[in-house]
Amino acid sequence: MKTQSHAQAAAEFIKDDARTHWHDETLWHVRQKRDLSAQGIPEWETLRDTASATKDYVLSHLDELLEQFEANALANGVEVLWAKDAQEHNEHVYRILQENKVSNIVKSKSILTEECGLNHYLEDKGYDVVDTDLGERIIQFAKQAPSHIVLPAIHLKKQDIGEIFHEHIGTDEGASDPKYLTEAARQHLRKKFVEANAAITGVNFGIAETGGFVVCTNEGNADMGTHLADIHIACMGIEKLIPRATDLGVFLRLLARSATGQSITNYSSHFHKPAPGKKLYIILVDNGRTEQLGREDFKNSLKCIRCGACMNTCPIYRRSGGYSYNSTVPGPIGSILSPGKDLKKYSTLPFASTLCGSCSDVCPVKINIHEQLYKWRQVITENTDVDASKNLAMKVAGYTFGRPVLYDLAGKMARAALKITPDSLVYSSINVWGKHRNLPDVPKESFKEWYQKNRKS
Amino acid sequence: MSSKASILAAIKKNKPEASSLPALLVFPDEQNLVEKYEKGLTGNGGKLIQAANLEEVQAYIEANFSGEQLKASLVEGIDGNVNVNNISDPHDLEHVELAVLNGELGVAENGAIWMPEKNVVHRVLPFIAQHLIILLKKDSLLTNMHQAYEKVKVNEHGYGVFIAGPSKTADIEQSLVIGAHGPRSLTVFLVD
Amino acid sequence: MRVGLFIPCYVDQFYPGVAKATLELLEKHGVEVDYPLSQTCCGQPMANSGYERYGKASSELFMKNFGGFDYIVAPSGSCTLHVKDHVLPKEENAPKIYELCEFLTDVLKVKDIASTFPYKVGFHSSCHGLRGLRLAKCSERMDPEFNKPLSLLKQVKEIEMIELDRKDECCGFGGTFAVAEEAVSVTMGNDRLADHTRNGVEVLTGADMSCLMHLQGLIKRQNSPIKVMHIAEILNGNPVE
Repeated sequence: MKTQSHAQAAAEFIKDDARTHWHDETLWHVRQKRDLSAQGIPEWETLRDTASATKDYVLSHLDELLEQFEANALANGVEVLWAKDAQEHNEHVYRILQENKVSNIVKSKSILTEECGLNHYLEDKGYDVVDTDLGERIIQFAKQAPSHIVLPAIHLKKQDIGEIFHEHIGTDEGASDPKYLTEAARQHLRKKFVEANAAITGVNFGIAETGGFVVCTNEGNADMGTHLADIHIACMGIEKLIPRATDLGVFLRLLARSATGQSITNYSSHFHKPAPGKKLYIILVDNGRTEQLGREDFKNSLKCIRCGACMNTCPIYRRSGGYSYNSTVPGPIGSILSPGKDLKKYSTLPFASTLCGSCSDVCPVKINIHEQLYKWRQVITENTDVDASKNLAMKVAGYTFGRPVLYDLAGKMARAALKITPDSLVYSSINVWGKHRNLPDVPKESFKEWYQKNRKS
Repeated sequence: MSSKASILAAIKKNKPEASSLPALLVFPDEQNLVEKYEKGLTGNGGKLIQAANLEEVQAYIEANFSGEQLKASLVEGIDGNVNVNNISDPHDLEHVELAVLNGELGVAENGAIWMPEKNVVHRVLPFIAQHLIILLKKDSLLTNMHQAYEKVKVNEHGYGVFIAGPSKTADIEQSLVIGAHGPRSLTVFLVD
Repeated sequence: MRVGLFIPCYVDQFYPGVAKATLELLEKHGVEVDYPLSQTCCGQPMANSGYERYGKASSELFMKNFGGFDYIVAPSGSCTLHVKDHVLPKEENAPKIYELCEFLTDVLKVKDIASTFPYKVGFHSSCHGLRGLRLAKCSERMDPEFNKPLSLLKQVKEIEMIELDRKDECCGFGGTFAVAEEAVSVTMGNDRLADHTRNGVEVLTGADMSCLMHLQGLIKRQNSPIKVMHIAEILNGNPVE
């Protein structure tokens, strides 16, 4: 099956102009809140430099730090499991649920479990996994995937959500007031929290020196879930480590400000030991990360702390929506992470960019995202056969630009051709440029021709 | 080979050349800690009240909560009608209207308060209560998160949390709604 | 000081006026400019499309043409960035390439541009110049404010610089992106244009003719009254056509 290219999906999204601009404005507003917040921190750039260098250290000592983390976690009474891939991760979760005779599961936001397809896996085994983050619950009802890693339901309007809630939790028909809908979700989910035997969470930061981990939420859903249930399963990508607890000072200052502009999430919860009589599990997941670590040009993508700032700032993401990327992590960071997993399937993502570089400059850990997009383009054209006609055109262009006489002649011919071709042909359907844009007026001579006549004698 | 062994082996093979760990950052102290703290807290949806003594806190509670509503206080000198220490199953806290807790230290830049497990007894208490009051000593205020992490020993207890405001969400069209799953309000009393 | 003028291929072919203005502007400020006649293209179109390997011949030709200069100056942030990052060898004695504005501010240290332009002007901050060459502080970073192109435009007499709502958002040109992602590209361009229109811009300028070509294409199709000029033309005192 041929997957839809980003351009095709984006063109579909853009057909609804009003919605496209609403989406753009909503996310631009988040970007502005981020700017305002960062402007209040004189040492902002120092924090970014430090966070980036800390993650460099983590990546270059990842094996030692993981072993240190595991040893400390074990000493804390935590059970630590390792998973090579999504399948093994899901199997670990399933086994824990079986062993503990769990029937009701609540889950707080975890992009890793999305990446692993955990919900579908558990549903197939007969479990009902209740996503408790409001945005995640909304899209779970709607049987959709998150369109953004921090704002999962950002593509939906309150009227859409009103309809979804009316159908699933019986809110009044036509009601779309965010306060009313949030209250309804609170009542609905409170029951789920109270009934839950197991809570699954992601991990924002794992602390190597203490064996503990931090989960950040605004809603308090991770805490409501984990503290009421007997079993807590924390799913963590191996790159989520930081060496020291004091490093959290840097990362927590950056994370929420970069994500939404708030100074910190209202809850930054530090888990070290299970509560008396309860069980705590940590699953350390590779799923392609060690492979990405070995790619010199792309290893830095593993520094990502999943703030979503690159999505909010990306002028393409804002106008094409998260689904146009058809990947668990959309947007600029997704476009450099996904090709490492499936080069062919994600081959159009690195081209869904003007290389404007805004993503790299908002990134709190300074991942050179736009440079990696450029590098992936080189890898893709060399290793896939996705675009044979472009390949030929580029080969011809390269040949021409290497030969001045040929270049001068080609330029002259192109200008002459443009001059004599009737507009109906110039702006025919083959000319994609000309669908909505005119071509420049053709001058009577090139600069070089003018220069030769007027300056070189 | 176990998954652990194969993951570690892959890292050893693929990891980049060792780089060094940056030194801890130190920035100048904030001069107007209380003012800055209030800005930080209100920015995240909390409310700050400066109280001369515990009687003021008690009076505030009596003025805003009725006698029959369930109140759990872990602050000596503030009355409650739920004895948290006698509860063994956290589910029994489900209908608590108000929790009154001691905060360990406050961070001026963002309003965050460190709440170690010993200050909450049941981890779920500051989340399950409909409203939350935290008492914070004025001299516990610090400038930023770097200072906070210098002071806090994160693994001293099994659990600890920085609370910076009430439970909130903006998942519906980015409209801020206070009271998502946890407390609908956070009131911080700053005491001497 | 041996200064070589690099005129990007599309400027050579479609915007000779911009190249002339660049040449005159540099000469006006006392620079003896050499324009190597065998120059073609820097190779950026191939490289950004993922075919860096087909840009080898143009890179070699570029070095043959420009390897002997102290400075290379080009009226394009994008081509300058490409040459800097991918063509010039990273050696002490290699020539240094400058985008026109930064050459004027950093090397020539021009304090009086001696030009008059009585119009309301909107500046389009092209991304490669902005975030690649750091011609100005971009809105994403929290460094001290600076803006090289604007510092030059502010020397122009009677000019009124217009503040935009989104001062440095991408216009959506992006080379082959403009065609490969036509729908997004055009939407981005229209959004930029709307910002200029909304704020009363009469003349839209910038340091990259490629972005301006894209915006001008939209302007012409929509019969918008906004005029488009390269910054070299304004700094050189060219009239509005």
